[in-house]
Amino acid sequence: MSCEKMAGRILGYLDGRLNESERLDAEKHLAVCAACRLRVNEFRAVSGLLDELPVIEPSPEFDLRVHARVVAEPVKESWWAWLRVSPRVAFAASMLLLAAIWMGFYQRPQQVQLPWSNPMEADAQMIQDLPVLEDHDVLSNFEPLKDLPGKADDDSDNVQQQQQPQQM
Amino acid sequence: MVRTDVQLMLDVKAGDEASFELLLQRYRTPLVNFLFRMVRNREQAEDLAQEVFLRVYRAREDYVPSAKFTTWLFRIATNLALNSMRDTRYQKLEVSIDAPVTVDAEDGDERPLDVVEKHPNIEQHLVEDVRVKMIRHAINKLPEKQRAAVLLHKYQELDYTEIAKILSCSESALKSLLFRAYEALRVELAPLVAHQARH
Repeated sequence: MSCEKMAGRILGYLDGRLNESERLDAEKHLAVCAACRLRVNEFRAVSGLLDELPVIEPSPEFDLRVHARVVAEPVKESWWAWLRVSPRVAFAASMLLLAAIWMGFYQRPQQVQLPWSNPMEADAQMIQDLPVLEDHDVLSNFEPLKDLPGKADDDSDNVQQQQQPQQM
Repeated sequence: MVRTDVQLMLDVKAGDEASFELLLQRYRTPLVNFLFRMVRNREQAEDLAQEVFLRVYRAREDYVPSAKFTTWLFRIATNLALNSMRDTRYQKLEVSIDAPVTVDAEDGDERPLDVVEKHPNIEQHLVEDVRVKMIRHAINKLPEKQRAAVLLHKYQELDYTEIAKILSCSESALKSLLFRAYEALRVELAPLVAHQARH
C-alpha cells in the first residue's frame, strides 16, 4: 500500500470503519512506514484533543421558547377546509334557499294581458300592421319631405291656434 | 421499550405532542452544542436550535421516514448554521478568524472590547483552560464545510454516508474533506498534538 492510499484510510482506520482486509493492509503499511505511523498517532491525538471541548447545556429558557413557538404555530388546515362553513353562515344560506323556494311557488309572475286572446290572432294582427310600419319608416327617412317649406311652421301655428282658446 | 426517533416522529405526525417533547429532550443538547461550535455564539446557537425544532414540528404532517432521523435533523441544522453565518444580521457578533486569541474572551466569542455584551452567559465568564481555547480556535479557523464535517464526525458520531447526505456531497468527497480538516487541525494544534502523541 502506498502512503497516499494510507492517507485516505487513516480516519477509517482510527474510527474502526475499515473492513478486515483494508485494516490488515493498513497495519502492514504502518509496520514499515514511520511517517504514516506518526501521522496516524497525530490524527489520534487531534481526535483526543477534540474530546476535551466541554459540553454546554441549553439555557433553562430553551424548552419554554421552543414550546412557545410551537404553540404559536397556526393550525394547518387541509386544502378543502374552506368548504366547511360556520353554523351561522350555514343557517343564513338555508334561510335564503327556503325563501327563494317559497317565492318561486307562491309568487309566480303575473302573465301579461295581451289584447288578443290567442297567439294566432296576435300574429295575424302583426302581419296586418307590417305595411303601416314599413310606410312609417319610409316617410320618416324620406328626404324630399323634410325640405317642404313651412310645414313645420304651419303645424306649430295650428297647434298655437288650438291652444289659445283653451288658455282664454 | 425505548421508541426510535423515527417511531417518535411518526407519533408526532399522528398528533402525539408528547413524542415531540421526547425528541426535544433527546436532541436539544447535541443540537445546541453542534450549532454553538458552528456559529461560535451561544445566543445565536440557541435561536437556531429552536428554529430546527420548529421546522421539524412544521414538517410533521409530511414526514416520511426515508432516511435516518438524525440525518434529516442535522441537515436542517447545518443548513441553518451555514446560512446564518453568511447572514449580515450576525456579522457584528462574528469573530474574525485572524483576531488574536485573548485571555479574557471565550475563544468562540471573541469580539472588540467596545461591543457591549447584551446577553452575558455563565460560560462566557468562566475562566477556560488554554488548551480548550486553542482547540476552539483551531476549529473556528476551519472553513465552514470542513468544520461541519468534523463536528458531525467527531461529536455526533454519524457515519460517512449520513454526513455526506447532510453536506450534499459524495462519500469520497467527504473523506477528502475530513482528511484536510484533520490535517489542518494537526498543524494548528501542533504543540498540543506533539505533547499528546508522545503520551
